[in-house]
Amino acid sequence: MTVYLIRRLIQSAFVLVAMTIILFLGVYAIGDPVEILVSPDADQIERERAVAALGLDQPLWLQYLVFLENAMRGDLGRSFVFNEPALRLILQKMPATLELAFAATIFAVLIGLPLGLWAGLRPAALSSRLIMAGSILGFSLPTFWVGLMLIMLFAVELGWLPSTGRGPTADFLGVQWSFLTLEGLRHLVLPALNLSLFKISLVVRLTRAGARETVLMDYVKFARAKGLSPRRVVFLHVLKNIMIPVLTVTALEFGSTIAFSVVTESIFAWPGMGKLIIDSIYVLDRPVIVAYLMIIVLMFILLNFAVDVLYSALDPRVRLKDRRG
Amino acid sequence: MNRGTAKASALAAPHPAALLSEETPFRRFVSDFAESRVAVGALCCFLLIVLAAVFAPAIAPQNPYDLAQLDIMDGRLPPGTVGGAGFTYLLGTDDQGRDMLSGILYGLRISLAVGAGSAFIAFCVGTALGLVAAYFGGRTDTVVMRVVDLQLSFPAILVALMILAFLGKGIVNVVIAIVVVEWAYYARTVRGTALVERRREYIEAALCLALPPSRIVFRHLLPNCLPPLIVIGTMQVARAIALEATLSFLGLGVPVTEPSLGLLIANGYEYMLSGRYWISFYPGIALLVTIVVINLVGDRLRDVLNPRLRA
Repeated sequence: MTVYLIRRLIQSAFVLVAMTIILFLGVYAIGDPVEILVSPDADQIERERAVAALGLDQPLWLQYLVFLENAMRGDLGRSFVFNEPALRLILQKMPATLELAFAATIFAVLIGLPLGLWAGLRPAALSSRLIMAGSILGFSLPTFWVGLMLIMLFAVELGWLPSTGRGPTADFLGVQWSFLTLEGLRHLVLPALNLSLFKISLVVRLTRAGARETVLMDYVKFARAKGLSPRRVVFLHVLKNIMIPVLTVTALEFGSTIAFSVVTESIFAWPGMGKLIIDSIYVLDRPVIVAYLMIIVLMFILLNFAVDVLYSALDPRVRLKDRRG
Repeated sequence: MNRGTAKASALAAPHPAALLSEETPFRRFVSDFAESRVAVGALCCFLLIVLAAVFAPAIAPQNPYDLAQLDIMDGRLPPGTVGGAGFTYLLGTDDQGRDMLSGILYGLRISLAVGAGSAFIAFCVGTALGLVAAYFGGRTDTVVMRVVDLQLSFPAILVALMILAFLGKGIVNVVIAIVVVEWAYYARTVRGTALVERRREYIEAALCLALPPSRIVFRHLLPNCLPPLIVIGTMQVARAIALEATLSFLGLGVPVTEPSLGLLIANGYEYMLSGRYWISFYPGIALLVTIVVINLVGDRLRDVLNPRLRA
């Protein structure tokens, strides 16, 4: 196990280094670094001073090492627009995105699980087939279009829910959260529902497949034969065994939920990291772009590492196969 | 595999049923596909969409790119209004007085071309790399599959965002982004199939004939790896169209001068809040129908081409 952990850790480190090289080349080799890193308003003298200060006259590998060293110290440059350290800017916006992603995950389980269970227990019923057709739509429809439809229906036509922003926030542990105020909670509903759409479909399919498999198991038959009420059989014996894969996959999907929140945040003007990166791309605020990508990449590498470790702990075949291969 | 069974049945003694209707693998494929009425309907619908896109200049009431034909006075008219030019705006107009129906027909051209084009390039790149990885094995295989694993561990939208953040917007850059996102799916699929096919007798026979590797890979291995690739390819066209629309909606995709469906939807977004739904709604419906029918066709192809389900 320890050997496996160390190997995985080294692999993750390699991936991280590879990604920093890609990002570095993206900024320094493809574009003109002076144009990217020096404010467009700077004059010729400032420009030359900046070139020397940034070490752009140095060979590329040396520049990469400097870039890496600064990144290690948490210095990813300053935003041109806000004139603030890019990293701090991103971290400020992070709670809003995390809040949205968590809300979407909760929606996915709360909506997906009952629907999937229903479809799995009555596979032939018309309602079940409608649910499954809906889940195909959930997989294939572009998130942004569904978001627009949600706004059109619930915000414009019916006027039930607000469509933009976070609403008033309340302080908790030194961070502002929307879900602590009623108005903020109302603002959270539509974006979270939009972001959870793909995951609802996923949970529906997983739950349905799990339910169909589980009801055929001997222990379920036995529970029925004992004369337990159908409700008890479903909620105790069936549901418990479906929960494990469903929760694992939902947790695994958390990373991609954060990545996809870029789209949802843009539609609902939700002031999170995703909206910040899109705005930064518009105005070519490259330090912020680099900082965002670095953080997201780091997050994904940590997430993948955690998942691999978890899987190998749960399933010994994973690490055995790795040792052989 | 199809070829093998077809030959075997041809060599067997003449079967009365076989004489009546000569069954070729292709004919069986067509009749299997046609068993699902939904799939046939979806295919017809898809062909109609393609035809509408190809012949857009002939059937669209207006050329939406020709500013001389646009009348700014006709801006934001609801569907069914008769405009200054004398014809009815069936789906309304956008803020510049552009007929939405014409805009959608021309937008479909761009969406379909970008989607199909990038999916095809990704198909070529991914298949070539996957085949090479499976055929040569060893270090080549390890390197290619590590890159595939690395890439599939990041969501598509993130990879695309990263590429467009560095390259900037534009049709070519969008295509590059989609190809980079999608090639890994083809590579992984074709490698899995090719590893199985590689151990079969016909590859051994080809090796014994000392044919050059390129001939063995592309003439013998590739055709037998095609069925799963066709399924993946169909689905990836739909994904590419959706991804392009998403990127264009975010303002990172196609330029304003060549609006795809995603950009049309983005244009109407601000008017949606004031109740002018049609500017966003109808391009959205066109996008939706296109993606859904391609997925339905792909779903049926998967059922028909999956040898496990056929037995």
